[in-house]
Amino acid sequence: MNLSCQVRKRLGSFSFQADFQISGAKVGVFGPSGSGKSTLMLLLAGLLKPDDGRISLGDEILYDRAAGINYPPEQRRIGVVFQHARLFPHLSVRKNLLYGYKRTPKEQRRIQPEDIIRVLRLEHLLERGVNLLSGGERQRVALGRTVLTCPRLILMDEPLSGLDENLKLQIIPYLNGVSTEFALPMLFISHSLVEMRLMTDQVLMVEGGKVVDLTSTEMLAKKLWGSGRQGYTNLLHLGRPRERDDGLYVYDWGGVPLVLTEGAEEEENVFILDARDVLLFKKHPEATSARNLLPCRVTQLTPLGNRVLVELRCSGQQLTVQIVPESVRELELTPGREVVAAIKASSFRLADS
Amino acid sequence: MAFLQPGDMDAILLSLKVATAATAVATPIGIAVSWLLVYGRFPGKTVLEGMVHLPLVLPPVVVGYLLLLLFGKNGWIGSFLLKFNIQIIFTLTGAIIASAVVGFPLLVRSIRLGMEAVDNNYNHAARSLGAGAWDAFFTITLPLSLRAIFAGMTLMFARSLGEFGATIILAGNIPGRTQTIPLAIYDYTSMPGGDRMALSLCLVSICFSFAVLLLSNAAGKSMERR
Repeated sequence: MNLSCQVRKRLGSFSFQADFQISGAKVGVFGPSGSGKSTLMLLLAGLLKPDDGRISLGDEILYDRAAGINYPPEQRRIGVVFQHARLFPHLSVRKNLLYGYKRTPKEQRRIQPEDIIRVLRLEHLLERGVNLLSGGERQRVALGRTVLTCPRLILMDEPLSGLDENLKLQIIPYLNGVSTEFALPMLFISHSLVEMRLMTDQVLMVEGGKVVDLTSTEMLAKKLWGSGRQGYTNLLHLGRPRERDDGLYVYDWGGVPLVLTEGAEEEENVFILDARDVLLFKKHPEATSARNLLPCRVTQLTPLGNRVLVELRCSGQQLTVQIVPESVRELELTPGREVVAAIKASSFRLADS
Repeated sequence: MAFLQPGDMDAILLSLKVATAATAVATPIGIAVSWLLVYGRFPGKTVLEGMVHLPLVLPPVVVGYLLLLLFGKNGWIGSFLLKFNIQIIFTLTGAIIASAVVGFPLLVRSIRLGMEAVDNNYNHAARSLGAGAWDAFFTITLPLSLRAIFAGMTLMFARSLGEFGATIILAGNIPGRTQTIPLAIYDYTSMPGGDRMALSLCLVSICFSFAVLLLSNAAGKSMERR
């Protein structure tokens, strides 16, 4: 995706302004409620007409006021997955799925209904009315419906906001899977940092009706930590759980075994580890109550006031730890230094709880 | 049907014919006008709105008289139609037109409310899925307003069954040609000893109205279930 957008739009007392250029497959749009994220989505999709400016996707101009170009939404080939799914209530799941597919020119249909039905596991729902679906099922149908139009870009407008925490984490693999499997670039709109970090690599920050910054998702997480608005959390993708005789679970973290008190059914899970819950030791302590002792190397130190964010590398995996400046001095931490990180088995939280 | 007079069956059939035809003719126009009132942006929208609703508040006799002026031999439309040898006044067509005009505001009010109640977000979703504006209207907005359209049609049908004032002026009261149930009842009431016959037709009228009401309820429920 190569999206360039310079637009202005006034809506009553609210005014929206954006000037950015992005490329990449997974870009987030992050900002608080009412900041203009959804307005940006409507402008890009052609559902709202800008007052002035220019929008182009790839080498095609979608809107250019000066040149008098304004493609209607149905010709932009930009798919939208809306908040709360917005499935057509008078149509069955199958008809909802095929609504856009039928309207897509044959030569553009590179994604087939059977494939998307399989990937999103919708086989058993096809003949059902959409009012009988659960929240997660609805959002899967909405996603499939949009993907079947083979858009050049998918806009996801807080697709997880109507779902409970448990469901969110179940839907994220679908969103990611579809985007990767069918090579569809996406713009993911959300106000949740965890969702951003799970879904995107770069982020457009929207504040007070303005697109203020384009940054990497990790930078965004650090920035929010720096401003004191949110604590820093590690998101660990752990796989292949094995239950031990003593009731603890051993997970695989990219080759590093981790011991956890909590286990889950799935083959892979995302766990949250607060950066404050990791202890650092200069040398390997002989014995400690923490079940995980990981030799690591310091890669970066980010000080901010009375806190320091320490980035570590352990066997190829990245771990971020929050400590105070005094500890940095005592441990003589500098980039390249070897330390041992200690994490209690009970410090990991399943991302959906 | 021993309690009915020989001519009553004609009046009943005629009533059904007029109400059905008036509803059938008015519905597509009602949908178009509702669309204009809901989505249209044009000067004179308020005037159109007023004109559509006028028959609701005007005495039906006034509506009938205005129609008579319009469709009469010297009226704008009447004189034009006469060139093709088509006469509206004192015919079944006249009765249908009178019913359609009087019932029209009820139809439009209902359809319009239904269309306005359809969440515009569905329209957005359809457009983003590749449907043009008209496509989205016919495949999303219209089906989602179906209940309101049906409710409007029922109201209009019932109103047409009872239409009296405008019909008697435009179409007259000709037994077998333009005499519907209300007109027949009117005839009986001005006839000495016609009370019993008038009452019989009243009973028929009540039965019809009740049937329409039941049908409308049942249809509403079945659409709700989908």
